[in-house]
Amino acid sequence: MSAAPQKAKAGAEKIAVTVSAVVPLNDLVTRFEFTRTDGADFPPFSAGAHTVVEMRDGDRTRLNPYSLMSDPADRSIYAISVRRDDQGRGGSLFMHTNVKVGDQMTLTYPVNLFPLDLRAKKHVFFAGGIGITPFKAMIAQLEQSNGNWELHYACRTPALGTYADELAEKYANKVHIYYDDQSQAIPLEDLLDGQPLGTHIYVCGPAGMIDWVHATATAHGWPSENVHSEEFLAPQPGKPFEVRLCQSDITIQVGEHESLLEAMERCGVDAPFLCRGGACGQCETDVVEADGEFVHRDHWLDDEDHASGKKIMPCVSRFIGKTLVLDR
Amino acid sequence: MTIQFNNETFRDDYSFRNSDWAIKRFPFPFHEDSYMYSVNMEQHRGGPEGSVYEKRFDVDEHYLSEMRDRALVLADDPLRCQSLPHMTLAGWDTLELIMVSKSEDYPDLFELHRDGNRWRWVNKPMGIDQTFTFLDETTLPCGPLEYITRQTQGDFAVLDQRDEMLWMDAGMVTTQADWSLDFDIGMNFFEWHAPVPLAHEMGIFKRALKFLLNVQQGAPARRLNWTMTVNPLLDTSPENYHKWGIQKTTLTPENIGAKQHLRVELQTFFRLPRSNALLFPIRCYLIAFQDIVTVPKWGRRLHRVVRDLPEELATYKGFIANRPMMLDYLGQYDDGLPTSPGVWPDLGTEPPLQK
Repeated sequence: MSAAPQKAKAGAEKIAVTVSAVVPLNDLVTRFEFTRTDGADFPPFSAGAHTVVEMRDGDRTRLNPYSLMSDPADRSIYAISVRRDDQGRGGSLFMHTNVKVGDQMTLTYPVNLFPLDLRAKKHVFFAGGIGITPFKAMIAQLEQSNGNWELHYACRTPALGTYADELAEKYANKVHIYYDDQSQAIPLEDLLDGQPLGTHIYVCGPAGMIDWVHATATAHGWPSENVHSEEFLAPQPGKPFEVRLCQSDITIQVGEHESLLEAMERCGVDAPFLCRGGACGQCETDVVEADGEFVHRDHWLDDEDHASGKKIMPCVSRFIGKTLVLDR
Repeated sequence: MTIQFNNETFRDDYSFRNSDWAIKRFPFPFHEDSYMYSVNMEQHRGGPEGSVYEKRFDVDEHYLSEMRDRALVLADDPLRCQSLPHMTLAGWDTLELIMVSKSEDYPDLFELHRDGNRWRWVNKPMGIDQTFTFLDETTLPCGPLEYITRQTQGDFAVLDQRDEMLWMDAGMVTTQADWSLDFDIGMNFFEWHAPVPLAHEMGIFKRALKFLLNVQQGAPARRLNWTMTVNPLLDTSPENYHKWGIQKTTLTPENIGAKQHLRVELQTFFRLPRSNALLFPIRCYLIAFQDIVTVPKWGRRLHRVVRDLPEELATYKGFIANRPMMLDYLGQYDDGLPTSPGVWPDLGTEPPLQK
């Protein structure tokens, strides 16, 4: 219909924010709170949503997704909790070392790839480490609507149990903490047995934990629709490679420590994205020609797509070989 | 601008009329001289001043009469508004979105005063002044979805999003082009579109679903759809087909200009923030053939579209039997001149009818 000339930029809509608090929680995790720079309320969000934080690191723009972990009912702030990854690509380190109260930053509107299933009669949460963050918001939302929930939270040590004491104190009957250094483990098989009909389970944590919960639930006859998970992948470094983008009519180099998506953006190509972690599907790109090997790392394409060599998710996947031509 | 609300009916004596203002701003759906399905989505972020695309929820001269018609339909058939138990939060989302949008977009007609969860809503055209507690159903006369959609033109499908799929789990549907909420409730996106011909084979629904699953908060989208309706009936439901279906046989060469209406749906899509559901408002605009042909470009183009439409589509849209009579009528307004691209009337630049 074309009622008005429109050009949308890639990614979700953005919000200018001011850092209002930086709260170290333990040796690894710090909470960052934001208020809107224009003084207005934030948009409401659904628990489980994430925001993409834009970091201006010198010449480089870093875009990292973080789960919103503040109370969805509180529209005066958004909060995220960031675990410092010294071996990572530098986004979390930048947050920990550079971001101060009063800094101006940009967040995207919330995007929810890990929503509560509101039909559930009961919600059972399994968190591992920093995977606690989306559950903080889910618990706040369910407490307001009198939802039925329980949390099983595995941490390395009491000192690194982000929000563990706070949650255990506030919801003593619903929160169960398991410390690795005390050889405590989530008794998953027992917990999956005997849940009321209509229970949904949610897992957020390291890849191994997510796989373990899915596999165990499947083995116990749980329908896959009742098992929810979220894992953001960080792009992994790899050998530099060259890509021809035929729509844009340019050839670009993807460096060792940047993703294909980041390289496109660096070269001024407005490629679509949302989660930047291989989960949402937004950046899916058609392969026109390839002579080499794909390193697929996303959760979006199925095995058949991966094997076909016809599609790639540039946010996390790479390529090793001579020629790669993409329809972008 | 101040809107002069019509006092008119969409049943019995059919006193519905479009003013000159409403004709010129009619959402004519054909951007070229032919029509085929496409996903044809664009962002819903305003449009030219005065057009139906300008506001998030367009209010026009038919507002009060459409709301009266909705109340009559609901009195006969309460199942036109349904909400499965898990969709109450999405109902509150819908109420919030509409109240905030209308009070911002039409401050002379609607007011919203918020003090925490204590809200006061003023709808001046309908004479409503309601104080209630947001998220507390007991403080409204009915559920939040029903409450606000009794005050908002257009049908509303509220789609839950789960397992990479959309589910028709709530809605208010009284002005529909022959589909039934009561029949579709609980169905998924492919199930409720199953009756549509050709589009499945073309992969339209797969692409449309992918697009809709990714409609994000703060970035609503819209598209147009269309069909034909004899008499300005809002409620062309399967439930009442025995009442309106037969009216398709009352067309004559003498009355077709007044009786035959082009029915256009402005479909919009909003991600609801608290529930993560997708709100799908379907706003119906009706225009008589005799009013369309007052815009020379539209008269020429509508003739060509109706003439060249594939038989399956004319059948599905329910006018295959009347097509010859429609073409006889519309042919009088097609002089064979080329038409300008795009949907706009272009009254200043397109030549008058040359015959």
